Amino acid sequence: MDAAAIHARLKDRFGDKLVAFQAEGLQPWAVVAPDAIAEVAAFAKSDPALAFDNLMCLSAVDYPKEDPPRMEIVYHLFSYEHRHTFVLKVHLPREAAHLPTVERTWPVANWHEREAFDLFGIVFDGHSDLRRILLPDDWIGHPLRKDWVDPDFYNGMHVKPTEQMAERAMAGEKIGVGPFDVTPPNRHVEE
Amino acid sequence: MATDLQGGYGWRVDELDTDEMILNMGPQHPSTHGVLRIELRTDGEIVRAARPHIGYLHRCFEKHAESVDYPGVIPYTDRMDYVASMGNSLGYALAVEKLMGIEVSPYVQTIRVIMAELQRIASHCIAVGTYGMDIGAFTPFLHLLRDREKILDLFEWTCGARLLYNYNWVGGVSHDVPEGFVKACRQFLREFDAITYPEMIDLLIKNKIFIKRTAAIGVCSPELAVSYDLTGPNLRGSGPPRDLRRDEPYLGYENYEFDVVVGEGKFGPRGSCFDRNWVRALEMKESAKILHQAVDRLEKMERADVHEKVPKRVKPAKGEIYGRSEAPRGQLGYYIVADGTGVNPYRVKVKSPCFTAMSIFHVLAKGMMIADIIALIGSLDVVLGEIDR
Amino acid sequence: MDLVFKLLPEAVPYWLRVGLAGAVCAVVLITLMALGPIAYVYVETKLAGFMQDRIGPKRVGPHGLLQTVADALKLMFKEAIYPAGADKMLFILAPCLVVIGAFLSFVVLPFGSHLQTVDLNVGLFYVIAVSSISTVGLIMAGWASNNKYALFGAMRSAAQIVSYEIPAVMVVLTVVTLVGSLSLQDIVRGQQGGLPHWFLFRYFPLMPVAFLIFFTAGLAECNRTPFDIPEAESELVAGFHTEYSGFFFAMFFLAEYTEMFVVSVVASVLFLGGWWAPVPVLQEIPLGDISIGLGPLWLVAKAWFLVFVMMWLRWTLPRLRVDQLMYVAWKVLLPIAMVLVVAVGGLVLWRPTANGFPWDRWVGWPLTSVLFAYLAYMIVAAQRWSRRRAREMAA
Repeated sequence: MDAAAIHARLKDRFGDKLVAFQAEGLQPWAVVAPDAIAEVAAFAKSDPALAFDNLMCLSAVDYPKEDPPRMEIVYHLFSYEHRHTFVLKVHLPREAAHLPTVERTWPVANWHEREAFDLFGIVFDGHSDLRRILLPDDWIGHPLRKDWVDPDFYNGMHVKPTEQMAERAMAGEKIGVGPFDVTPPNRHVEE
Repeated sequence: MATDLQGGYGWRVDELDTDEMILNMGPQHPSTHGVLRIELRTDGEIVRAARPHIGYLHRCFEKHAESVDYPGVIPYTDRMDYVASMGNSLGYALAVEKLMGIEVSPYVQTIRVIMAELQRIASHCIAVGTYGMDIGAFTPFLHLLRDREKILDLFEWTCGARLLYNYNWVGGVSHDVPEGFVKACRQFLREFDAITYPEMIDLLIKNKIFIKRTAAIGVCSPELAVSYDLTGPNLRGSGPPRDLRRDEPYLGYENYEFDVVVGEGKFGPRGSCFDRNWVRALEMKESAKILHQAVDRLEKMERADVHEKVPKRVKPAKGEIYGRSEAPRGQLGYYIVADGTGVNPYRVKVKSPCFTAMSIFHVLAKGMMIADIIALIGSLDVVLGEIDR
Repeated sequence: MDLVFKLLPEAVPYWLRVGLAGAVCAVVLITLMALGPIAYVYVETKLAGFMQDRIGPKRVGPHGLLQTVADALKLMFKEAIYPAGADKMLFILAPCLVVIGAFLSFVVLPFGSHLQTVDLNVGLFYVIAVSSISTVGLIMAGWASNNKYALFGAMRSAAQIVSYEIPAVMVVLTVVTLVGSLSLQDIVRGQQGGLPHWFLFRYFPLMPVAFLIFFTAGLAECNRTPFDIPEAESELVAGFHTEYSGFFFAMFFLAEYTEMFVVSVVASVLFLGGWWAPVPVLQEIPLGDISIGLGPLWLVAKAWFLVFVMMWLRWTLPRLRVDQLMYVAWKVLLPIAMVLVVAVGGLVLWRPTANGFPWDRWVGWPLTSVLFAYLAYMIVAAQRWSRRRAREMAA
């Protein structure tokens, strides 16, 4: 099935939950309303004509300069049976973004959504284990957002080296934290 | 923005039953292939639950990619799966070329195929060799590494680097193959076909003890594999003959004759650790087949300029693409968003095959013994650089 | 020890003579036997290099001969780290016990017809009993380290050694039934007369199977691959000796190689003829009136050959998982060993084969020759196949 036919089938079923469709370009995409994505995903997998049994990639992209500013979650779907691909997108507000999880449909989304939460701050409702995956567990902030500014310190370590650091170090001031300076708390034992 | 640490530090000691214990295969361990931390909740030797913790090697690839221009991303891509760098840069170059509509000449295509297949053999040498070492057979690792050294010598001769090449550029490759490359490649293939490959099969793959250790564990059904987006040898070990070089050919792969190796379940259930390793071992032979054909083809072509189609400035129009290629570890996907205004990509998201392979770990690890955990990680062939990016 | 005792003058009081004799023998033995591991480690690394298509140590000394000396010196000067929370006394005692268990067996090993420290009439029993002291040391090491990995290694090791003791002892029983005595010198004397009289070739094919079972069980006793689960490098970092560094680690290392040598010597004594030469004419070198007995050299040569086979197996085979290891011990080796005990005992008692000869003449030697012919054919065929492949490659 080509992209237009797939979109038609989804539109038949979900009507105005499919907000937009971009037909031109190398890989056409359809925009889905955030609250309906879980049902659309389940239908896309279970429908025998579509049979999207593989979620190839789940990405999050930040568009602060668009009008209106938004974050997108992009789902790249593939069907091993019919060998067709499709792209679904969800538009979210940049602050307090949340949408249902598709983990029940494609279990691989578990880790992908954790990564989107970790790097962008998008909360997936219904996720079984939403916690940071790539960054340290006590990191503050979501770095891949376009308005990210590196913090000055993390656990006592300088994050951004400054120009004066080298001069201050040569003058004898202690720059940086060595392995014996900080004893991290033992978090496996109740204090 | 405050973060919510829902059990982020691992299981708490007071959650355990009386006969359970938490064993930490920590970030430093001889055979987790990289800095990987696995928390095991075990009842003696039997594992009740496993939780992998990744992120120790996170180097912010995607953030860096937004601050360098399109060709400047290529050295960063090399460093993701550092064991098989040619595949990473190839995937990225193909995706950007598709976005910009650039078609490279058959000469460049053949060179790219040769480099990709040589890299596949080298990567599987490490995969199979270290897997044998984890099981306890120390010798096949060194035999396979001897052949990997020959391949790395070929790479060094071509582009000057042994491990991280910056070779596949947008629109071409960085260096043309030197004079005598074809002869050296044929010499390597002769030795590989005659000595290394048969010895590896006899010494490691057909070894009774190796089969006993690996053929009954880590069984992954095809449906489970597809739903967890296992690709490459991990998926083919469970049965489905899915190979991007066959299904959606790029770089002229439709003109080469090769078989897609599939796990057969010879010594145990299909989809076991042995089958995934078996696929990798036999794929080395298939890559050698492709190499023979590609090298013959290259010899007949006249030399062309490999920088012919490399644009002076890579500035794609506004658009986006998800480009996939068959890396040695599976299907490597690049989602590139171009906003049409600058020379830097707007967003580069990498779907690395090891990331999804690692996500299935906690499902397959239930009920195994600790020795089998090591066998499972080795059979999934994870490289942490790719998982953490 | 008797020799030294007799050499000391009568005037010295009895207790002093005994003590000095013991001390001299102990010093000689420990010196000679402690030099062994230095050679073994070098041979192992060079052998590993040869099998893995690389060179091995070559820089320290000519051809890397001083490599082990350098390693030993480095280990002695390294800091001995005591992990926090480790049981200090047990932590230090454990390597001592392991070394003691390995070295105590040397007291009864016969290196020549009169070169044995003490000829106990229960010598074999003593060897088996004393080699179990190392097991206690291993468990102590795992427990005292306050480390889960070490504890795993120790538990696995305890289970493994205890399980493999049983088939080993059963198979040793078969040898004892052939001789009728537990004394190691008697066992060696029973193999007088050259190669055909060695216990390895009696009652073919029963005794070779016994030898194989004993050798396999001995491999498991030494924690060597394919049974090196307790110190499985890739799984448990270093198993029961994870937390040991410096000199303590050197002691564990020393004990492992010494134990390998002990098991090989015992196997040679029991099955390969002890200090007898394969052909009687090579037993002594006559120099006029005195003849120099080559007994010790023959025994050490046989033991070194078996040590070489142990090293060969280590670099070829992967390791067995713990439950597979137990399966092999209890469900494969033990039943075969029991059958062997009954069969050999029966053959010894049965009047027609009481002297062993009719079996050997009509069944044993024909079978042996057939098997040797097959082995020779396989070797020739492998040679020709590899030569043909080399020719193909050059084409």
